[in-house]
Amino acid sequence: MEYTLEQIASQVRRDIVRMVTAAASGHPGGSLSATDVLTYLFFKEMNVTPETWRRSGEGTDQFFLSAGHISPVLYSLLARRGYFPVEELATFRRFGSRLQGHPSIERGLPGVNQAAGSLGQGLSVAIGAALAKRLSGDSNTVYVLIGDGESEEGQIWEAAMAAAHNKVDNLVAMTDWNHQQIDGTTEEVAGLGNLRTKWEAFGWSVIEADGHNFTAIEKAFAEARNRKGLGNPVMILWHTEMGHGVDFMAGTCKWHGKNPSAEQCAEAMKQLEETMGDFAL
Amino acid sequence: MKEYVDTGKKDTRSGFGAGLAELGNTNPKVVALTADLKGSLKMDAFAAAHPDRFFQAGIAEANMVGMAAGLAVGGYIPFIGTFANFATARVLDQIRQAVCYSKTNVKIAASHAGITLGEDGATHQTLEDIGLMRMLPEMVVINPCDYNQTKAATIAAAEWKGPVYLRFGRPSVPNFTPADQKFEIGKAIKLNDGSDVTIIATGHLVWESIQAARELESRGVSVDLIDIATIKPLDKEAVIASARKTGKVVVAEEHLIAGGLGEVIAGVLATACPTPMRFVAIDDKFGQSGKPAELMAAYGLDAAHIVEAALSF
Repeated sequence: MEYTLEQIASQVRRDIVRMVTAAASGHPGGSLSATDVLTYLFFKEMNVTPETWRRSGEGTDQFFLSAGHISPVLYSLLARRGYFPVEELATFRRFGSRLQGHPSIERGLPGVNQAAGSLGQGLSVAIGAALAKRLSGDSNTVYVLIGDGESEEGQIWEAAMAAAHNKVDNLVAMTDWNHQQIDGTTEEVAGLGNLRTKWEAFGWSVIEADGHNFTAIEKAFAEARNRKGLGNPVMILWHTEMGHGVDFMAGTCKWHGKNPSAEQCAEAMKQLEETMGDFAL
Repeated sequence: MKEYVDTGKKDTRSGFGAGLAELGNTNPKVVALTADLKGSLKMDAFAAAHPDRFFQAGIAEANMVGMAAGLAVGGYIPFIGTFANFATARVLDQIRQAVCYSKTNVKIAASHAGITLGEDGATHQTLEDIGLMRMLPEMVVINPCDYNQTKAATIAAAEWKGPVYLRFGRPSVPNFTPADQKFEIGKAIKLNDGSDVTIIATGHLVWESIQAARELESRGVSVDLIDIATIKPLDKEAVIASARKTGKVVVAEEHLIAGGLGEVIAGVLATACPTPMRFVAIDDKFGQSGKPAELMAAYGLDAAHIVEAALSF
């Protein structure tokens, strides 16, 4: 059965909230803000499938998650896309699970190509992977998602400079610009400022779009594809809302890394339609 | 005592450069990156011959480690070259997550290790790097002793599947191991069979230990001499066998006692064969500016100090 993007995203949001509730830990806020963008990326944009996926990314598009704490959205999407059984989502953060708190390659979870968790590293890795594609004559695209709070890490700006210097134009980086981090808003905590002018100053081709509107998301990805091969790395700044889709989690830093109670989870479930069938707990 | 001849002083970093240049011609998957130290790391020949496979990362070591990890994910064998301090302490978390925990096939080529870096002083004289690197799961730690061994170790590192830390130095030192050697990762190299005391050395201290062994032999002390080029994985059998034979072990290295080869050996012997030991290494302090030889003498890292340690049991 074919599901609409809205139906998939609704189920992914249910998965996220149910996973962190069952694990009694985890990061729902950023997972919910990145859900729509990553749903589109995994189900529409990238040409990789569970059958063609390889850690090396050889012959397909390739995705790196740099903000490893939003592992719930990655795991749900991989499961819903068919990389591993949906029932495995129930093992999230449990002893012996392939679904570690932060993504790991140690236990061989299909779809995960690099560990992430310590912030600021994934963009550099994605640049290296894009250079590998260039060297081997592979014309596919490397995608990477970083957080806006994560962009306070110095390594992000080292990577920004290196990507432009090396003309890495088969790379589409994305920022989940939800303006929230653990201790407050990105302005209160670190004065993150104008990401557009910052990335442009570093030599990137910048696209801004609403990260919760599938028409806007489709357009932005199409524009990113158009800008491929023009000599500059591409950055999509997604305007998003932390906790999007669950009213009491939305627009606040409070749910960055906090699990809901059973009652709060039930309340969230009333706001999110079950479309593809919940995993069993 | 077996004879070892210095065929002419050369720096170990040039051994790395020669090994990398050879790999460039023999293995199309080998790529190289540097953080603004191409010349110091002797990477010019590789860069000139394979400009498409050479990346100048600028003074941005954290990003360089990440880019190397990404190239390794994509199927390449990256060598990243910079000074040992910037190749380890500065980027420990990047190496931990993007290289070791992610099991990416990255080779860390670290030059100017230890106090023989000389005049630049303590900011650049890393004496902690062996400890930092050997603590990381998955990491192989190699500290070759001369030009020929460094070249061979570089080639072996490319053949090894997984992260490797390759430590070498700045000054010209005697070149005495065979030019045609095949480097076996994880294998101790027996330099002399003796019965009274074991001397285990790594890196620049191997040549000093050969001089020390000669001196000890002239005084009637028979030395079992081992070159530990691979600190991790350690050739435990060779170490235990020698300790059982002599009952006395001296370990010599250009590193702090903390985290160094001496502690590795002590850990092995404590459980397998408790043996009295002496450590020829630096005890809990930073270095300073000076000429390599005078620093080695002042910090107790030369043949004279090894002899003294061997006679102190």
